[in-house]
Formats: sequence, structure tokens, C-alpha cells
Amino acid sequence: MAVAQVVRSEWTKVRSVASTVWTLSVALVVTVALGVLISWLTRREFGNMPARDRLTFDPTFISFAGMSLGQLAMIVFGVLVVSNEYSTGMIRTSLAAVPQRGVFYGSKLAVATAPAFAVALVTAFASFFLGQAMLGPHRTSLGEEGVLRAVVGGALYMTLIAVFSMGVAAMLRSPMLSLGVLMPLFFLLSPILGTVEATKKVGQYLPDQAGARVMQVVTIDDDVPYGPWGGFGIMALWCLVVLAGGYLLLKRRDA
Amino acid sequence: MISLEGLTKRYGEKVAVNNLTFEVRPGIVTGFLGPNGAGKSTTMRMILGLDHPTSGDVRIEGRHYAELRDPLKSIGALLDATANHGGRSAYHHLLCLAQSNGLPERRVHEVLDIVGLTAVAKKKAKGFSMGMGQRLGIAAALLGDPRILMFDEPVNGLDPEGIHWIRTLMQRLASEGRTVFVSSHLMSEMALTAEHLIVIGQGRLLSDLSMADFIRQNSRSYVRVRTPERERFLDVLRSAGLTAMETGDVLELDGVAAEQIGELAARHGLVLHELSPQQASLEEAFMRLTAESVEYHAHSGPAADEQAPWGAGWKKG
Repeated sequence: MAVAQVVRSEWTKVRSVASTVWTLSVALVVTVALGVLISWLTRREFGNMPARDRLTFDPTFISFAGMSLGQLAMIVFGVLVVSNEYSTGMIRTSLAAVPQRGVFYGSKLAVATAPAFAVALVTAFASFFLGQAMLGPHRTSLGEEGVLRAVVGGALYMTLIAVFSMGVAAMLRSPMLSLGVLMPLFFLLSPILGTVEATKKVGQYLPDQAGARVMQVVTIDDDVPYGPWGGFGIMALWCLVVLAGGYLLLKRRDA
Repeated sequence: MISLEGLTKRYGEKVAVNNLTFEVRPGIVTGFLGPNGAGKSTTMRMILGLDHPTSGDVRIEGRHYAELRDPLKSIGALLDATANHGGRSAYHHLLCLAQSNGLPERRVHEVLDIVGLTAVAKKKAKGFSMGMGQRLGIAAALLGDPRILMFDEPVNGLDPEGIHWIRTLMQRLASEGRTVFVSSHLMSEMALTAEHLIVIGQGRLLSDLSMADFIRQNSRSYVRVRTPERERFLDVLRSAGLTAMETGDVLELDGVAAEQIGELAARHGLVLHELSPQQASLEEAFMRLTAESVEYHAHSGPAADEQAPWGAGWKKG
């Protein structure tokens, strides 16, 4: 079984369903639009902000504010691209055509990650440049220390959000169940653990909170025990764990 | 050729497929018959490597499914007409399958043509009727021009014209020397298409015979008699050493020729209103066969079931 054949086949699958286009476009549009809006509001309110916030103001991170919502579409993309196989029964046809489950799984993940990364890259740069334009006098530029890393990091963060979702969907198979786990994780559990003082220490190791570190440029005055790439590494580790879980289950389970 | 050896599948306590051993040979249509829930689909999924057997072995042309290079070129299967993504067009569904096995795009158009879906090739599969879905599944099975074809209940949802089409197709494929394995829960369907018949009930092999032998062994022939002189007729039968089954005003006699009864009646001056040789339908034969399996199952107890399967298959995982 030539891997190249399976990769081509998976690419045909990804590009021939409408959900790919709409989830990825929603991710782009929502992230950029919300980032622009929040950047514009921040510029208007800058004078009213407490002095401490003004000193630690991170214009790069602010322009990525839309990701908190835009990642929802990335989650849906990651879940659908994998769980579609199961919810439609296509998996039996797919595995009869490609019985080497490892090749099938690896090709599917690689092929789905590529367009997610491309869209995330465009989203990150568009959010950054448009956000900075809105910030006016408070803006930063790509040349400043750590900014380029944060923008590329933003793209990688969004990509890994999709990859993490693919791994969870591979384990759970059902799209509803997968979204039922991922939504509360990213939109309830993570914000709650991150806000409450007593649980912050735990919350900062969740994939989204750790991964988001790579998008920040100004990180004065907090006691997070990892750097930008350290945080990103924690997120990548989470992805590896769920992907491995998905692989083991796919290997063992009846289709 | 498909070869099963001691193939067994358990789900917890339940044995879905129990120690099946048989071969499906090329050049003929082999019917795979059993009531709903007999384990036909589970067996077919194991043949395709989709479900892992608890024990036993199944091989395609002597090799395990997972060892096949570009399996669609060796075996094509229609398992479930809805096993496709509803949002994907028929063309793209077949294209992604073709690409995965290194088949040219030209082949997609050819099979669409064979099953008569060319006109709707760009339409999404969710708009398809059951019959069109069935045709799309058959197109996928034919894609790699395989030597072995397997169809799970292919006539389901087809209109009479479609049923005629699939029967003719299966017979043509077999006449080209291919192995054709087709499941059904309808004896009447099998009688029209299959040359060889494998019958299972409750996951167990009940019969593995040519259709002709199956009919010979399983269909009961008897003579039906109606007479106004019932009591005298029964006396005459008794003295001739024959017994009759009485159902209403009709008498049924097993294992005796109609001619013999007629001559006997004439000798004793008996009036007969009916004397006709009868053949029980294949449907009845099938039902009797599977009913017996249920009975056998109930009396045998669990011990008999559980001897063979364990052990052999574990090393293969």
C-alpha cells in the first residue's frame, strides 16, 4: 500500500465535502473580525485602563483575541474531518480499501492538518496586521522582539487546536460526543480553572492555556513556570497523547 | 477463493459466528443464506478485516486481508448501501476509493456507466434513493475489477428492474470465472441466483451444498390425497404398511409414489377426489433447516459451544 495513494485519496475526501470549506472560513472570518473589533475597542478605552494594565499591555496578544471564539470552528473542523467517517458508515468502505489502519490514520491526520495550518497562518497574520492597524498609536510591529514568534505561534496554536480535536474524535468516533467533550473543556473548564486563584496552577497545564503562551509577547508579572515554547510543547504533548489513544483504539476496535 | 477456517466471533457472552469453516469457489454464484441475525454480515465484515475474529482464520486467495496490496483489485464488496458520506458526490466517493488503490480516474467513469449512475455522478449521495445507493455501493465493489465479489443483501431496496439487473450482473460476473459470494435472508432469491448454497443459523454452519443437492436433500416430497371414504382408505393403507398424516380432510403420504397409491385405491374400488404429488417449497425447507438449528442449540447447552473456539486465534490477535 503506497502511502502516496492514500494521501491523495484522503485529500480528495477533505476537499469534496462542504464542511471543510465552511468550518475553515468561519475560523478565519470570526477570528479576524473579532480581533479587529476588540483591538479597536481597546484603542478607544486605552486611556481609561489602569496604569498597571497599560504598562503590561500586549498589542500582539490583543489582536489574537478573536481566537477564543474562532477556535470553535477549528474544533468543529477537526472533529468532523475524523468523525464523519464513523457517523456516515464510510469507515467500513475506507478500511476495506486501506486495511493498513496506521497508514489510513496517519494519512488522514496529515491531510487534514495541512489545510488547517494554511488557514491558521493566514488568520494569524491577518489578525495581527488588521489588529495593529486598529490599535493606532499603541501598535507594535513584526520587527519587535518576540512578535514574529507570537504570530507564527498563533498559527501553530490554532492548528494544534484542530489536531487535538481530531485525536479526541478518533477516540470517541461520534461527532456529538466529541463536541460534547471538547466544548466544555475549552469553553467552561479551562476558563473556570484559569480564573479561580486556587485552580490556576492546574488550569495552566490545559492544552489551550499552555499553548496560548506562545502567542504572548509581554509576560511580565506572572508566575507561569514555562516559556512560550515550553507552553506550546505542553500543548503538543496533549495532542500526542490523544492521537496515540485514537491510533490504539482504531487498531484494536472493530470497524 | 475465500477460505474460512474455524471462524468465530463473540461479543461478550454471545457467539455471533460459531466455528465456521467453508470455502467460496470461483466461477459460480455462492449464496450465503440465513435468517436475520444469523451472523452473515459479521462473517462478511471479518472476511474484509473490518472485525477481528475471536478465533479462527479467514483468507482471500490464501492471504490475510491486511496483507493484500491494493485490496480493491482482489476483492470488491458491497456491505451497506449507506456506507458513504452523504455530502460527497458519487464521483468523488468513487474517486477517493480509486486513488487509495492506485486505480486510474478513467475507471471511476467506467463503473458509473456500468451501474447507470453517470447522469447523477456529480450529485450528493444523500439525495440518492435506496436503490441508487445500492448501485453506488456496487460501483465501488467493481472499481478494482476484482476476481472476488461479495454482496450483502444486494437486492434490498431495489425495484423489480433493479433486482433483475443485479441478478444478471452476478451471474455474468461468475461466468467470467470470478468468485461471487452473496448473502440473503430469502431462500426464493437464492434459488434464482445461486448455484451453491451455504446456510447458517445462529452463527453455525447448517449446510454447504450445491443448490441441486440442497433441493434434493431438503425439500420434502409427498402425495396429497382427498377421499370421501376416509376410514376405509386408512384401513387399506394400514394393511399395505403405509401411514398418512391427516390435516383436515386432506391426507399426506410421505415416501410413496402417487402411482402406487392410485393403483392401491383402484384395487380396492376406492373413490379418490384428489391424488397429487407435492413438493414442499424451498422456503419451507430453509425454515425447517434453521428451525432445527434453533432446537439443536437449545438442547445442546453451553458446554458444546465453548470447546473449540478458544486458543487457536489468540496468537493472531
